[in-house]
Amino acid sequence: MTSSLNLWLIPVLPLAGAAINGFLGKKSSRTAVSVIGLFFSGAAFAWALQVALRFSSVSLPYQEFFAHWIRSGTFSADFSFYLDQLSLVMLLVVTGVGFLIHIYSVGYMWDDPSYYRFFCYLNLFLFFMLNLVLANNYLLMFIGWEGVGLASYLLIGFWFTKDSAASAGKKAFIVNRIGDFGFLIGLFLIIQHFGSLNFTQVFDQVKPLGIENGGAGLLTAIGILLMVGACGKSAQIPLYVWLPDAMEGPTPVSALIHAATMVTAGVYMVARSHVIFERAPIALTVVAIIGTLTALFAATIGITQTDIKKVLAYSTVSQLGYMFMACGVGAFSAGIFHLMTHAFFKGLLFLGAGSVIHAVGGEQDMRKMGGLRSYIPWTFLTMGIATLAIAGIPPLAGFWSKDEILLKAYQNNWVYWLIGVITAFITSFYMFRLLFMTFWGDYHGVQVDDHGHAHAAHGHDDHGHGEPHESPWVMLGPLVVLAALSLLGGFVGYHNGFEHFLDPVFGSGVTEAAGETVSSATEWILMGVSIAVGFLGLIVAYILYVSKPELPKKVADSLGALYDAVLNKYYVDEIYAKLFVKPLVDGSTSVLWQGVDRKVIDDSINSAADGAQHVSDNVRHMQSGNLRSYAGWIAAGAAVVIAYMIWMGVGR
Amino acid sequence: MVPLSYYLVLSGILFACGVTGFLIKRNIITIFMSIELMLNGVNLSFVAFAAHWHAIGGEAHGLVPLSGQVFVFFVMVVAAAESAVGLAIIIAVHRTRETLNVDQVNLLKL
Repeated sequence: MTSSLNLWLIPVLPLAGAAINGFLGKKSSRTAVSVIGLFFSGAAFAWALQVALRFSSVSLPYQEFFAHWIRSGTFSADFSFYLDQLSLVMLLVVTGVGFLIHIYSVGYMWDDPSYYRFFCYLNLFLFFMLNLVLANNYLLMFIGWEGVGLASYLLIGFWFTKDSAASAGKKAFIVNRIGDFGFLIGLFLIIQHFGSLNFTQVFDQVKPLGIENGGAGLLTAIGILLMVGACGKSAQIPLYVWLPDAMEGPTPVSALIHAATMVTAGVYMVARSHVIFERAPIALTVVAIIGTLTALFAATIGITQTDIKKVLAYSTVSQLGYMFMACGVGAFSAGIFHLMTHAFFKGLLFLGAGSVIHAVGGEQDMRKMGGLRSYIPWTFLTMGIATLAIAGIPPLAGFWSKDEILLKAYQNNWVYWLIGVITAFITSFYMFRLLFMTFWGDYHGVQVDDHGHAHAAHGHDDHGHGEPHESPWVMLGPLVVLAALSLLGGFVGYHNGFEHFLDPVFGSGVTEAAGETVSSATEWILMGVSIAVGFLGLIVAYILYVSKPELPKKVADSLGALYDAVLNKYYVDEIYAKLFVKPLVDGSTSVLWQGVDRKVIDDSINSAADGAQHVSDNVRHMQSGNLRSYAGWIAAGAAVVIAYMIWMGVGR
Repeated sequence: MVPLSYYLVLSGILFACGVTGFLIKRNIITIFMSIELMLNGVNLSFVAFAAHWHAIGGEAHGLVPLSGQVFVFFVMVVAAAESAVGLAIIIAVHRTRETLNVDQVNLLKL
């Protein structure tokens, strides 16, 4: 180990920014708030870059110890950071995309009355996310894990005067708690059996254990519990329901937290624990099945959504499913690769959607858009690139990572591959549907007059204007940078370069070796298929939404009930409400509130108070105000004392 | 020589008279005089004990000579000061309330 990398600077910088903006921002000007917000996030990115440049000169994994935190018997958890290839990738993605979205937010949030609060939360989010990524033990990771949940809650409910935003924030928080419960139990199991939460210590003890082929064992249990946690954070079946609602937050938040970084924390955590998962085939299968199902399920919902952000939300859920599918088939590096490219193009898509919403005066319904191509050419161009990227059209970023995942899935089991390809087709279809509905055809939006929007200035993505108009450069800049990354980001995966970079982390994959290798001919065929479905989606979307716009309605009608079910998101929210929420609310009302709280706690306290009052009321009469009765009591008392002393004698 | 017990019994009777008067009388002046009676009952026991201990040679056991008598003077001084203040209060009460019946002086009663 050469000189210290001072990793602590990376999370502490955004924390300082959050503190300054949080405590002083209310009184500062918008310019000052922007400068502070941008400086501290930018500085974190710069330091992360500097770390990346010195990366080859340090021995890996590099660990940095700062302070003892918990020491209890042989168990210890410290404030220390851990840097290897995996955390470096995450570090750069989080700080880089985060910094770009900070820049974008300056333009997007400029008119918001709580401008300083937004930047305070955004910086706070970066702090916790970097903590999560850099932690060297599960407990410190859990701090970051909960912290990003908090930041997410605060930012979803950023416009908390809006009822739907406030309840969406609560929903996200509560659903995440369910996942965290599983995560915590998993951690307890780890502590009980390995006596540590430190990554290196736990994994060193896990490595000698054999693969649990015979059946479910300890590692399977830990793996599944960790996966429950990942399901919550990364919005997988059955805990995905919070993510679409999270779109109530400001669009830059959707881009940063609910697309590019936070929701990928689950993937990161599973990849980080790959040593455990590789030895628990059943847990891995669970991961793969959940990922595959989520990918398909969410993609189908995405087809019918008309809210531009909801489409992207379901698309995010679906792409996260892809990443879990990759992890589940043991291709952790492919999952992380897709995580990175997804951060680029999905961040770009959300920012582009924000730019579109900005252009049409706060409208999010795609049916009221259309023909925006000529009004906002830069947004169109960048979003077009992102759409091509996510659809898997070569040579853009999404193609490389998705192809990698599909190849690995095929090696493991062709069913995963088949569902993956179907999902890829649906993905391509709904993304081009979004693009065509928004940018092609005629503009269906209303001309918002300059006064009409004043009442809605607060609590809406509202910047009401007349004609749709292009966003300022401070918003377009990040779009262009992300577009460049979406264009070129995939090339790090050329000749498996990315995989080799991550080899030291995931190397010696146990299960990966188990999968049959495929010939290069098969590889080419698979690649051809995934390109073909990408273009097929484009063509179908073009036919349905550009050349024959009356067709979608007919298709919808012919599908009948199935279409209704998809349109209503398979009624999952309603089922959850019936199955879990209502019994809980009813139980809480009748048993806990009316029964325990009212009958037991309130009543016992009230009767105690009543009793005290009753007794006091009787005793009160002794205080008559009659001087002579007092004197009489004193005399009687003195007589009693004297009698006692005479009877017992004076103690000597 | 009169035995000590005689003085103490008389002292007790005086004190009991004072207490009884304090409890049963309604007139403030009488109550006041009852207090004086109690004080003087105590005074009598002070001097009786003082004389008694002196007679049996208590000085040899650390008794300070004449301390009992000195205490009586203190009590008298305090009683005199108390009478001055007390009588002033009684006059003030009489002027405002036009009565000296304690049962009717009950403004501070809840």
